[in-house]
Amino acid sequence: MIIKLIIVVALFAITLGIAAYLTLMERKVAAWMQDRIGPDRAGPFGLLQPLADGGKMFFKEDFRPTNADKWLFIIGPGIAMFTSLITGAVIPWAPAIQMATESIAIQVADVNIGILFIMGAVSIGVYGIMIGGWASNNKFALFGAIRASSQMISYELAMGVSVITIVMMTGSLSLNKIVDMQHGFWQDGWFSWNVFKQPICFVVFLITALAECNRAPFDLPECESELIGGYHTEYGAMKLGFFLFAEYVNMFISCAVISALFFGGYNFPGMDHFSGLTLTILGGLVFFAKTFFFIFVFMWIRWTLPRFRYDQLMHIGWKKMIPLALINLLITGVVIAYTEGWFSKNKDSESASNAKVEQPLGVNTSLEKTKTGNSL
Amino acid sequence: MSLDLIFYILGGLTIGTALMVVLSKHPVRSVLYLVLTFFLISANYVMMNAQFIAIVNIIVYAGAIMVLFLFVLMLLNLNKENEPKHSLWMTVGAMIAGGGLFLVLVAAMRDAILAAPMIDENSEKVGLVENLGQVLFTKYVLPFEVSSILFLAAMVGAVLLAKREKQTIE
Repeated sequence: MIIKLIIVVALFAITLGIAAYLTLMERKVAAWMQDRIGPDRAGPFGLLQPLADGGKMFFKEDFRPTNADKWLFIIGPGIAMFTSLITGAVIPWAPAIQMATESIAIQVADVNIGILFIMGAVSIGVYGIMIGGWASNNKFALFGAIRASSQMISYELAMGVSVITIVMMTGSLSLNKIVDMQHGFWQDGWFSWNVFKQPICFVVFLITALAECNRAPFDLPECESELIGGYHTEYGAMKLGFFLFAEYVNMFISCAVISALFFGGYNFPGMDHFSGLTLTILGGLVFFAKTFFFIFVFMWIRWTLPRFRYDQLMHIGWKKMIPLALINLLITGVVIAYTEGWFSKNKDSESASNAKVEQPLGVNTSLEKTKTGNSL
Repeated sequence: MSLDLIFYILGGLTIGTALMVVLSKHPVRSVLYLVLTFFLISANYVMMNAQFIAIVNIIVYAGAIMVLFLFVLMLLNLNKENEPKHSLWMTVGAMIAGGGLFLVLVAAMRDAILAAPMIDENSEKVGLVENLGQVLFTKYVLPFEVSSILFLAAMVGAVLLAKREKQTIE
């Protein structure tokens, strides 16, 4: 219990700390790509810049438009922040520490539906933006909110389908199992990481993750050239800070999810030579290194590609990503069915998969009635 | 004991937010209370160890369908001025109809609630995906497939309706 509490607090602090320093990293990367220096006034190499920005956010006037919906205006940024922070709860950050009597998982909650929990948190993340945008009582904010919600719903579908592909490969919804399946680097004559088994799935997931984070080139919801600031036009002070901050937390978490789902999480080549605490620490470091690599990729994309037009965005989501993900899912399903021996004449293997279904508890006779009712 | 207490608190909150859906004057707030209700229903599912159903309920209802509801309501921007006027008779009629439905529901549920225990403490594995899938694809495969055909038909219908008609100006 105490250990879980420590993990929760540590995760909270680390996520917030990383998100704060991602703002600096973003500006440094942008400066580097544009051949500038970037922030370098506050502290050595501008290292105190995030603190200065945070302090500024707190001390600015907390302004609220007259006709804004008071409570929803306040709740909006809170929901955005909350949903982006809870997502980290199911990610396994490092290999479990094996103690004499028990093993301590470096994970807040090992729920058996881990990956669905992340999808759920992503799908409710849009509420913060929608509520904030609507409550501002400003047409540009409303446009931004509507763009954000339609974009996120559209890309969620392709993301879900690509996640299902990985779930089919693993046979479990638990993130722990998904990461464990990718043990080491090389297994049974092929790379064990999912990215080498499912490259199309990885590409779809990366693009949809970019869109879900509202990052450029998918930053239509806050498109400055058309909408002033999009959903956070009317926000100022720390409420605006929460919206911007939630975006960086989202980016950090989605990069962690990408490296857990496709790049083996805390697994690394030659991890079998280590054990105990060394393995945990090394695994954690490897996981963070992978995560930061993807954060860099996200920034790289942002400062390289121009923004899409809105119809192009919808076109890519519905007519490119979803069919691609569905075809990939279909092929994966056929291959899995083939390797499991469903197409072979031998009935022995089939009887194993058709093992007798136990009557589960809780399914009572009222469902029986619905069944006959439906089949009529 | 404490499990029962949590159940009562959750149940009370669920009913409270469900009532607020009906009672709140503003349509957008109504939808937000409905979202909250879905979350509390999911919490009730978790109490019954049905984590999969709980999270699917959140993803599908709270995360997708309710967002679309909210979307439409925000665009319509409903308020008191352009609310359609109801006559007194319509209000009374709606009250009688709703009350009748409530009565039937209570009468139907009364025995069910007393017969089964609220939380089956031995049913650790009811809500796991594996068991649900096994039941859904063996015992209840026909209703499952029939409902999926229904969804397909609805999807085709929506695409057909949204399809642009041929321009006949020239």
